[in-house]
Amino acid sequence: MNNNIPLYIGRFISLVFVQVFILNHINFWGYLNPYIYIIFILLSPININKSLFLVLSFILGITIDLFGDSGGVHATACISIAYLRPVILRSVFGLSYEFQTVKLSKVNFGQRLAYVTLMVFIHHIILFTLEIFNFSHILLIAKKTLFSSLFSIIVIMLVLVLFRRKDS
Amino acid sequence: MQQIINFLIRNKNFLLFLLLLFISLVLTIQSHSYHKSKFISSTNFLSGGVYGWRYSISNYFGLKSENERLLEENKLLRNQLSFFTTDTIQTKYTDTTSFDKPYHFIKGNVYKNDYSKIDNYILINKGEKDGIEPDMGVITDKGIIGIVENTSTNYSRVISILNSNSRINAGLKKSNQYGSLVWNGKDPNIVQLETVPRQAVLKKGDTIITNGRSTIFPRGIGIGTILNYELDKNQSYFLIDVLLFNDMTDIGFVYTIKSNDTAEVRLLENPKTNE
Repeated sequence: MNNNIPLYIGRFISLVFVQVFILNHINFWGYLNPYIYIIFILLSPININKSLFLVLSFILGITIDLFGDSGGVHATACISIAYLRPVILRSVFGLSYEFQTVKLSKVNFGQRLAYVTLMVFIHHIILFTLEIFNFSHILLIAKKTLFSSLFSIIVIMLVLVLFRRKDS
Repeated sequence: MQQIINFLIRNKNFLLFLLLLFISLVLTIQSHSYHKSKFISSTNFLSGGVYGWRYSISNYFGLKSENERLLEENKLLRNQLSFFTTDTIQTKYTDTTSFDKPYHFIKGNVYKNDYSKIDNYILINKGEKDGIEPDMGVITDKGIIGIVENTSTNYSRVISILNSNSRINAGLKKSNQYGSLVWNGKDPNIVQLETVPRQAVLKKGDTIITNGRSTIFPRGIGIGTILNYELDKNQSYFLIDVLLFNDMTDIGFVYTIKSNDTAEVRLLENPKTNE
């Protein structure tokens, strides 16, 4: 894992830049933006030190918040999915997760989609609930969560296919 | 003691998670209250610099339309000026050394503009260095866009009128009735004017302007036109939908209004706090 550290740093910086420069300004239908920076959390190695992983997710979220003037909304959503990731991995991949042999580039399409969908959906629910922060707008929260999740999942799946690493 | 330490070590991930969750929730809650969201703000040198870099590239694509707008505004101002310069005899003279003009305008460029969230902010490239302070009004050639909330040396963050914390006094052009301007979070080009008394005579298409009841905006800056109006539940106030003159999704350059009378007015309003 150690020789991959430059790769993770590069992935972190490029995802933040793409998110902040391009994707935060798409505003499809006036309000839809895909949030793909969580690919960093999705693709982190599964045997990573959990404390380090939580801190990294927090830094990732707070960086996005810093650029988007959104307080701590993204940070909260990020640490939540980082903390829940082992549970989701176990429920999606079952036994192969227990033996720590899961490689996201190797699993079949259905399992990968299930994993991405669960993570994105939880992230987006927390994100929009806290961003809007008003239960009289619950319909708006539901609408934004649903459509943004769909948008994010499509873009993330495309990115995962396009940037698949050809490792032996 | 040993058991406590063991417990801490065993649950260190969970405790770390709780700590981080607490920090980020505090930041979130602060960001939802006006004038408190200071820690996480895009006015720092990193995000300000990065947005500046982006602006210097994207700037070129809008030059033509921005030029058009400036020419249009120039035309308008020249027409207004011609009223005053064609006066026959000037009878009133002001000693400009002792009477400063009431407002100064500081120009700036928009580095970042949000409009798809509930609480939207705008980042502009002028800061304390250029004399910008919190609570100054920000306008474009067409109308108001917000109030400065947070400044750093080189940048300031403007709380857009498209923000659930924003409340701006506004009134009708043809009468003196006024209300407060808020946003319901739906359409970025339509804001709501609340608490206009029912005695007001309204018509669709009437102009809404700032009414100069605070030192933030001078009277007479355009906001928009009445799109629709109805009485509220108690039948005592109007709820008015206002179609903005500005296209909030397309803001290039702004003017920040520095009022030279603010200190004096504040002193009059609360004499005790300044004693």
